[in-house]
Amino acid sequence: MSSESLNLTLRIWRQDGPNAKGGFRDYKLNGVSTHMSFLEMLDVLNEQLIEAGEESVAFDHDCREGICGACSLMIDGKAHGPDQATTTCQLHMRRFHDGDTITIEPWRASAFPVLRDLVVDRSAFDRIIQAGGYVSVNTGNAPDGNAIPVPGTVQETAMDAAACIGCGACVAACKNASAMLFVSAKVSQLAVLPQGKAERGERVLSMVAQMDEEGFGHCTNTSECEAACPAEISVDNIARLNREYVRASLVSGK
Amino acid sequence: MVRVASETLNSRVPEGPVDEVWDKHRFNMKLVNPANKRKFTVIVVGTGLAGGAAAASLAELGYNVKSFCFQDSPRRAHSIAAQGGINAAKNYPNDGDSIWRLFYDTVKGGDYRAREANVYRLAQVSNNIIDQCVSQGVPFAREYGGTLANRSFGGAQVSRTFYCRGQTGQQLLLGAYQALMRQVHIGKVELFARREMLELIVVDGVARGIIVRNLTTGELETHTADAVVLCTGGYGNVYYLSTNAKGCNVTAAWRCHKRGAYFANPCYTQIHPTCIPVSGDYQSKLTLMSESLRNDGRVWVPKDPEDKRNPAEIPNEDRDYYLERRYPAFGNLVPRDVASRASKERCDAGYGVGETQLAVYLDFRDAIQRDGEDAIRKKYGNLFHMYEKITAENPYQVPMKIYPAVHYTMGGLWVDYHLMSNLPGLFVLGEANFSDHGANRLGASALMQGLSDGYFVIPYTIGDHLAKAVLPKIPADHPACVEALESAQSRIDQLLAVKGTRTVDSFHRALGQIMWDHCGMARNKAGLELAISQIRELRDQFWKDVRVLGSGESLNQSLEKAGRVADFLEFGELMCIDALNREESCGGHFREEHQTEEGEAKRNDEEFSYVAAWEFHDVGDEPTLHKEPLSFPNVPPTTRSYK
Repeated sequence: MSSESLNLTLRIWRQDGPNAKGGFRDYKLNGVSTHMSFLEMLDVLNEQLIEAGEESVAFDHDCREGICGACSLMIDGKAHGPDQATTTCQLHMRRFHDGDTITIEPWRASAFPVLRDLVVDRSAFDRIIQAGGYVSVNTGNAPDGNAIPVPGTVQETAMDAAACIGCGACVAACKNASAMLFVSAKVSQLAVLPQGKAERGERVLSMVAQMDEEGFGHCTNTSECEAACPAEISVDNIARLNREYVRASLVSGK
Repeated sequence: MVRVASETLNSRVPEGPVDEVWDKHRFNMKLVNPANKRKFTVIVVGTGLAGGAAAASLAELGYNVKSFCFQDSPRRAHSIAAQGGINAAKNYPNDGDSIWRLFYDTVKGGDYRAREANVYRLAQVSNNIIDQCVSQGVPFAREYGGTLANRSFGGAQVSRTFYCRGQTGQQLLLGAYQALMRQVHIGKVELFARREMLELIVVDGVARGIIVRNLTTGELETHTADAVVLCTGGYGNVYYLSTNAKGCNVTAAWRCHKRGAYFANPCYTQIHPTCIPVSGDYQSKLTLMSESLRNDGRVWVPKDPEDKRNPAEIPNEDRDYYLERRYPAFGNLVPRDVASRASKERCDAGYGVGETQLAVYLDFRDAIQRDGEDAIRKKYGNLFHMYEKITAENPYQVPMKIYPAVHYTMGGLWVDYHLMSNLPGLFVLGEANFSDHGANRLGASALMQGLSDGYFVIPYTIGDHLAKAVLPKIPADHPACVEALESAQSRIDQLLAVKGTRTVDSFHRALGQIMWDHCGMARNKAGLELAISQIRELRDQFWKDVRVLGSGESLNQSLEKAGRVADFLEFGELMCIDALNREESCGGHFREEHQTEEGEAKRNDEEFSYVAAWEFHDVGDEPTLHKEPLSFPNVPPTTRSYK
């Protein structure tokens, strides 16, 4: 497929630091090949900015193949842009048209404060996992792998949930900035697997408590998170989290 | 000529039969008693499979651990991108696998340039890794009855690869990450994300700490400890374009090298044959397509280089299925290094296809005719989907275009059997060290090595060091700390002071082109010598003309990149020096002067059966070569042939 060239206006959120006042700035970018990925388009912009003496636009990115979860842009108001099941780094410029104005913002959530430009602090997710998103087994304690049989269907359910890349698009897409999809994915994976059963009650209570403490909003079942999720994590997990939470609350009396 | 040290390196491999040494050695090593472990602090740099596993396991033992990564979260380390799987010698399929066979395959696959004892230990603990990961809740593929599933991979004759769909690296890494997070919660691990290591602190010849830059605030921090464990991955990004994540870099390893740690076999790089080709000058990275595609895809180019017809219109008699022609026995399934070189040969000769003419066809037409589109979709649907997303071409209708890309680096800092470098107290694990894959790595072995080093080797060997070494407390204002801090600061100041005209990326691209042209899939003396002079020239230009805007006191991604590229500009030269010295072809290292009449790699066991570990003197100064002789009493070297 031959390449076409686009002339674009980019409306980008610029902010010098966590406490600085931010704002949108417009940039013209001409001759963008439709073969470019979205982040390569930003690379080209940044090269031009540096040559013109302006500091480059900061954005998080790393693997550029959709698995590390680092990239995190709101593109025209959508987390990771217009395509379904696609991270920002997998989005290509052939999705856009000549003459388009593209608005690029960081994730918007008070639990994800902006560090600079399009870079936000997602360490709240790490702290939620620290609260209980694991099986407490020390290295060396494990029995033989086949001593813990896991039926194929259970394993598939666990794997569907475990595919979460921790990017935070679910939070960014949610009008309440709720982290329920992220939290429920980990709770589900470990609740359905036999390895995670021993701690399942304590886990869900601790993770939800931490989620609340971090300032994420409540879930009102609008499913925007599922629509935005590049790893196609299902809102079924949220239903499971709620069941786990109620069950654990009754059992523990907390 | 190369300066060669008179004494050979001591690998500290214990005496005895290879299948007994690790067990015996575990008994012979000194232990740190449980109450004393809490008196020691260990720094672990990097949070991939090796670093995550090491930090968690050491904390579980009772050590105080400080864990560092440059990403915003430990979960984003590049181990996460590994697709295929992880090998283990479980022999669950009952198809004849054993520890000995995994050991044998790995030594042979490495083209007889790995250390036998390390590889044996790797094969031994491979089974423990699977058990550990299962108990953490890693959702490995299962059979209907609930037992673990295996698949074959990378040309092995047995099915020994465990996998989680196409995301095995992700799931293993999240297992290690969760174990690490648990220790953070307990308070045994202190986590430092968005920190980049810029210096190693060495006191009286012993590694005692690091200087890191807080990438959010720009502040330099001094961290001291009783040992430093480096798990900072490979250096594939020296080529600019690779399948590595954009942030992968050599800086931490290179700074240790400049402080005295030897760098071993830097010329051993793995070029993977099936990647999506470069499509333009703006290209920022390359994407791997699993090599399993070669099971059903046929590789070809037009017989006539001027044949610009749509590939579907080119009849069989006008196609050159060059792998099938050159290697009738293995055909499209030759190993990675052989397949990569053959693609390059055709493209260099002018037969390449596509806009850039740096691509070959990988064609599923015959497989679709034979098995039907549905069968092919079941096997490769996700890969075809990914290909279409990137290229906007439908591989069910037109052949894929592929080209080799840099994927993994077998070289790394030299370590002994304890995984300790020649600098006492500096341990190096995972892709960052050199020890287990020789000159070529087999598929599904990288994950195995990272976790082996982190979960099951370092917890034993670090105790031996801590129990024996004299480790006085190092205050942050110790002269060695102050000197390292000043050194890191002055490099940042220098980068910001150049105020030139060219961007960091433009230098990185230029370096990558030099490395790819002359130290890539095929190397020769004249090219390597040219590359060395070009790299030196480029380095001079960099320090005269690079433009790094902004300040050192804030989040500054240009500055981060500049520091990494500055180090690649020094490291690239060492790669070429190593490639020049190694007058043989082995694994991923192909010297054009050393090939058979049919164009196959020719090893020189007489003269080059050794590890080349380089000692740094000064930038641009010839390093000193330290040799570690290799011997293969258990797996006698043979010539690999795929005809």
